[in-house]
Amino acid sequence: MKPEEHSRRQQELAGWPVTIETYKLGDVYHCTIANVDPGARFARADGSTCEEAESRAIEKATRYLAQTRKFEV
Amino acid sequence: MTPQTLPSVLVTTEWAAQHATDAAVRVVEVDVDTTAYDQGHVPGAAGWNWTTELCDTLVRDIVPVKKLEELLGKTGIDNKTAIVLYGDNNNWFAAWAFWQLKIYGHEDVRIMDGGRKKWLAEGRDLSTDKPSFPAKTYKAGGPDFSLRAFLPEVQQAVAGKKAALVDVRSPQEFTGEILSPPGLPETCQRGGHIPGAKSIPWGKNCNEDGTFKSFDDLKALYAAQGITGDQPVIAYCRIGERSSLTWFAMKHLLGFEDVRNYDGSWTEWGNLVGAAVEKP
Repeated sequence: MKPEEHSRRQQELAGWPVTIETYKLGDVYHCTIANVDPGARFARADGSTCEEAESRAIEKATRYLAQTRKFEV
Repeated sequence: MTPQTLPSVLVTTEWAAQHATDAAVRVVEVDVDTTAYDQGHVPGAAGWNWTTELCDTLVRDIVPVKKLEELLGKTGIDNKTAIVLYGDNNNWFAAWAFWQLKIYGHEDVRIMDGGRKKWLAEGRDLSTDKPSFPAKTYKAGGPDFSLRAFLPEVQQAVAGKKAALVDVRSPQEFTGEILSPPGLPETCQRGGHIPGAKSIPWGKNCNEDGTFKSFDDLKALYAAQGITGDQPVIAYCRIGERSSLTWFAMKHLLGFEDVRNYDGSWTEWGNLVGAAVEKP
C-alpha cells in the first residue's frame, strides 16, 4: 500500500518545538510527534480521520511535555 | 553522499526497495517507538523491538549472545545474510542494532540511508503484514568489546585525557538545562556532561532528509572539535542509541580506528554517586 496524505510540520506544544507527522495507510490515519531537538518520537495515535489522529497524539504529547522540567544553568 | 559514493555499510532506499525480498538479504526495522513497525513498514521487512529483543531484560546490558543467535535464527538470518537495518529518528536504534551486530561479529550489516523518514517522504510502499521466515542457525562471534566503552574506561579517559569524549545529546541536555529529551522520562539524578566532553549533537551527522552527510562534511564537523581519528574516541548520549549513530558515522563513514560507544551513557554517569559533572 502507498501511504497517502503524508504531511510533516513543526509547531510549538507546551512551549516546546515539535514535529507532527501524519499519513494515511489503508483506512487508518497514523500520527506521530517528535521533539525537534533531539528529534525523538514520544507520542503517537491513530484515528479514522487526520484530525482525530492528530488531536489524540497532540493530547498525549502535551501531557508528556508538561512533565519536562527546565533547570537554570 | 551520492549513491555512487556510498560506503558499503549504507544502502539507498531504492536499493532496499529492489532487494528487500532477496533470499540473501534481510531488511529489519528497529525503532525508538516500538509500535512504528505496526504503522506500516518496508514490505518484507522484519521488526525488532529494542526494549525486549536487543537487550538483556534482567541485567542492564546488551543482548546476550544466545538471545541474539535465537533472534537472528528466527528472523531467517544466517552468518552469510546481508542485514539491512533502518528505523525511525534517522536510524537511532538501527545504529544501535548495527553496533551490537558488529560486537558479535556479523560481517555484512548495512543501514538504509535516511531510514523510515526518507522512505515515507518518498511515498514508497508500506506493508502491515508481518512476514515469517524459514528458521536458520546462527553462530555469533566475539564479543568484540573494542567497540564498547565501560565505565572504568570512561573514568580513565576523564582522568588521563587519553581518549576524546563526544557528547551527542542536545545542547540543552549537555548544559544540564533539561535531564531528558522533551516529552521523555527523566532517567538521571543530575544534569550536565562528563568533564572534558565535546558537544557534537547526533543530528549534525545528518542531512534534512535523514541521510548521512558527505565524508567531507563529517570530517569537517569532527575536526572542528579536534576529533580527527588520531586518538581514541568515546561517544555517549543518554542510553546509548544516539551515540550508536555517531559511533557508526565516525567508525564506518569516516574510518576512525578506535571509536567506542559508551552505552552506559548519561543514565549511568548522571546517577553515579560522586561522579564529577561539568556544567557550563
